[in-house]
Amino acid sequence: MATVLEANNIVRDYHIGGTLFGGGRTVHAVKGVSFKLEQGKTLAIVGESGSGKSTLARILTLIDRQTAGELKIDGQVVDIAKSGVTPAMRRKVQMVFQNPYGSLNPRQKIGDVLMEPLLLNTSMPAAERRDKALDMLTKVGLQPEHFNRYPHMFSGGQRQRIAIARAIILQPSLLVLDEPVSALDLSVQAQILNLLADLQDEFGLTYVFISHDLSVVKYIADEVLVMYLGEAVEQGTRDKVFANPEHPYTKALFAATPRADVESIKARLARKAALATA
Amino acid sequence: MAAETTTSSTSTGRFSGLREFWYYFSMNKGAVLGLVVFVLLILVAIFAPLLAPFPPDQQFREFIRMAPPWAGGTQPQFLLGTDEVGRDILSRLIYGSRYSLMIGFIVVTGALVVGVTLGLLAGYYRGWVDALIMRVMDIILAFPSLLLALVLVAILGPGLFNAMLAIALVLQPHFARLTRAAVLSEKSREYVTSAKVAGAGHLRLMFITILPNCLGPLIVQATLSFSNAILEAAALGFLGMGAQPPTPEWGTMLARAREFITSAWWIVTMPGLAILITVLAINLIGDGLRDALDPKLKRS
Repeated sequence: MATVLEANNIVRDYHIGGTLFGGGRTVHAVKGVSFKLEQGKTLAIVGESGSGKSTLARILTLIDRQTAGELKIDGQVVDIAKSGVTPAMRRKVQMVFQNPYGSLNPRQKIGDVLMEPLLLNTSMPAAERRDKALDMLTKVGLQPEHFNRYPHMFSGGQRQRIAIARAIILQPSLLVLDEPVSALDLSVQAQILNLLADLQDEFGLTYVFISHDLSVVKYIADEVLVMYLGEAVEQGTRDKVFANPEHPYTKALFAATPRADVESIKARLARKAALATA
Repeated sequence: MAAETTTSSTSTGRFSGLREFWYYFSMNKGAVLGLVVFVLLILVAIFAPLLAPFPPDQQFREFIRMAPPWAGGTQPQFLLGTDEVGRDILSRLIYGSRYSLMIGFIVVTGALVVGVTLGLLAGYYRGWVDALIMRVMDIILAFPSLLLALVLVAILGPGLFNAMLAIALVLQPHFARLTRAAVLSEKSREYVTSAKVAGAGHLRLMFITILPNCLGPLIVQATLSFSNAILEAAALGFLGMGAQPPTPEWGTMLARAREFITSAWWIVTMPGLAILITVLAINLIGDGLRDALDPKLKRS
């Protein structure tokens, strides 16, 4: 299996303030994260708000540049500070955003949303772009007649399908999903996760899946990376991390997950009853 | 209605966009009325020599300040009466529509293009570009607009074209500010980032991704500026810095008739009404445009 993504010691600092009198301060959002990801696998990045997950995602998708560290995509070193972002790099990495209500341009028809990446990054003729967009629309479970509609005519789940279609239409080697299901209903979450799994099988996609929902992570991830305050405190395969968390933060994170199975509900009720009688 | 939307959603030809636009525009009856009036005005301006009963500067010295025939006048050939030197008001209004519409168009187009571009640059790049552009706009806004226009015309020399240039310059900070504010709020939205990830460059992000989402307030501002432009041109004309008499420009006519406001009301009322109707029609069109261009108001 080829290594699609390799990150070595990625660091991202933000400089805040810097007024006339104060020097400002530096926030270390990501402090030296390293990992490797093979083709067709899913890496889940888990952590609380402010742990640097999304900053890392923005670096991986070439939106922001890293302050230090090395990023390799398909074995090539990518440094957008030096070379800028070429269409060839764009074709390799795409992203699905958290909020399906904000990530689609309200004035762009769905067809244009899907054709935009092709228009900008390939020299495909218009008819071919159209066919490909229609094809992709059906692949993500929408109908061809949705082609000429506007985003506000769709539900959240449908919009996320459109966002996924836009992201994979260039057939990227890496797809970064920034909490793609956290804004959706539970039933719709399951549909989207199944869709993502199907697409991964079909196109051999590699996912970086950012989430704070451990049940989702358990379902979709092959590898897990736990971030806390900008550091990767634990990483390994899903089974290893879930069965045997080593870092105290990971343990606390797992302990904080609400459980809804019958056993734990019974246990909780028993504890309550014990408290009431005591 | 259902049949219409399905046909418009399956055809993707060159005209389907236009047809769809017209479908939504025509739902707004006021806008259609405004459009009809505006088209009539344009036709009047184009065919002025055929429509006007008299040349605009022909004087009838025996009929000075003649009231319209329906308001006590004795001369049925002067439908809207005559002015202070005996010229037929209707003919002057018909010829004047050419000047007033031209002033409105040129001023609004100029102010819109320059203002929107500056506002986009300021809102998109922020930093020193923003500071530089917006401080210059603030300086322009700090002057009373008529005074600034007057100074500019005084420098450039009096005349209709220089007056239009001056008014456009005075009006464009409003466009720049509106655009900048809208761009600031739109730029941080996720769809802009996602367009960036899709590979859009700076120009595409500015003009194709962000700008269409800022159009609502700009259209309204443009229609309001149209009337402002006509009125400011009139004020400049009144001060001798705009259209020079005997040019039958509506504002100049209005300004020169001010002294007869009590003795011969029709001289001041007719050009005023002409301006009012034009401005109203344009504002109605503006409303309709804004609604038709806003996809959120469209029913599926």
